[in-house]
Amino acid sequence: MPATIIFGDKASQARSASAQGDNLWLSLDDLRQATGWVLKPEGVCQGDLCVPIPPRRREEFVRPDNSFNLGAFARLREQPVVHDDAQAVWFFGEAPDARRNGLLSLEAPDFTLPDIDGNAHSLSDYRGKKVLLLSWASW
Amino acid sequence: MRDYIRPAQPLQIAPEILDVMGWNAAEYERAAAPTYPNLIDEQHIVAELYNMNNVPMSVWIDEHGRIVRPAEPAGASDGFRTMDRATFKMAKEVADQGRIARKRYVDALRDWVAKGAASEYVLSPDEIRARIQPPSDHDAMATANFRLGQWLFSHGHADAARPYLLKARALSPECWHYFRQTLELEEVGKASGPDFFGAVDALGSRPYYPPVELKSARK
Repeated sequence: MPATIIFGDKASQARSASAQGDNLWLSLDDLRQATGWVLKPEGVCQGDLCVPIPPRRREEFVRPDNSFNLGAFARLREQPVVHDDAQAVWFFGEAPDARRNGLLSLEAPDFTLPDIDGNAHSLSDYRGKKVLLLSWASW
Repeated sequence: MRDYIRPAQPLQIAPEILDVMGWNAAEYERAAAPTYPNLIDEQHIVAELYNMNNVPMSVWIDEHGRIVRPAEPAGASDGFRTMDRATFKMAKEVADQGRIARKRYVDALRDWVAKGAASEYVLSPDEIRARIQPPSDHDAMATANFRLGQWLFSHGHADAARPYLLKARALSPECWHYFRQTLELEEVGKASGPDFFGAVDALGSRPYYPPVELKSARK
């Protein structure tokens, strides 16, 4: 059954998805498109970063048909995962340690959001200026 | 706000609107005709990234992309807790104290704009790290539940969204923006109604907006 995968800020459709409990099996193409992670001989990689698959647990992650268990990979990386089976929507967040380390680095994390006219703005667009980031809400 | 601060150096003000139904909130901004970008953050992404747990909160970021003040109540104070909850009016002296708190905050901001790193309101890295409350594992799960609930709500599945939004509230009860956003999704105006004030009253002597020490201890 196809699933919607929200991986961080990006939502995409995975036609190959097959859910079994907390396991979500995907084709390698859907894995790459939904998450940016790619299965390689040395592990699961994104850019220069590779996460080795524990050798004795490989069958938890990769099936003979080359489908990949994104749920198991998220557990390995300690990412928070929540899924709604009726709507076939999965959310994968950032691991708490990564978020904590990012905050304590004091580097302002970048983001891109639309303004009220729909134009995209990134924090990094304003490098070279002081920025006051101010939150509010209508409620 | 930009006109009020009158920066001696470039200052970019970037309010972000934490509304799941953000495009409705945008109408407030359109009416205000701001001269700075107002960003719609329906998924509360910036709140997650910067560990904001209420509104209004602000972060100061220098020209090099470094945080020089972490998320903190932006001149907000607890005077609203004494307001008349039917008329939303408050005593003049309480309102005056609120104005003073806001002016003090804007004055500090103006000082930073003028003096940069030499401002006494720029915190040292150790001070900033001591003030940051890093997200717990529960907070990370709360975010995941909120984000899934928000997605379901915004795609027409309000009933399916509800348990995830409620779980986010339960996992991070100190995150007021989860609490109030969920109330608002249940009924417009509910986030400022008896449920909200009941939760505020339950704080007892604890602050809703923790007081902020504006000056750095090193200066």
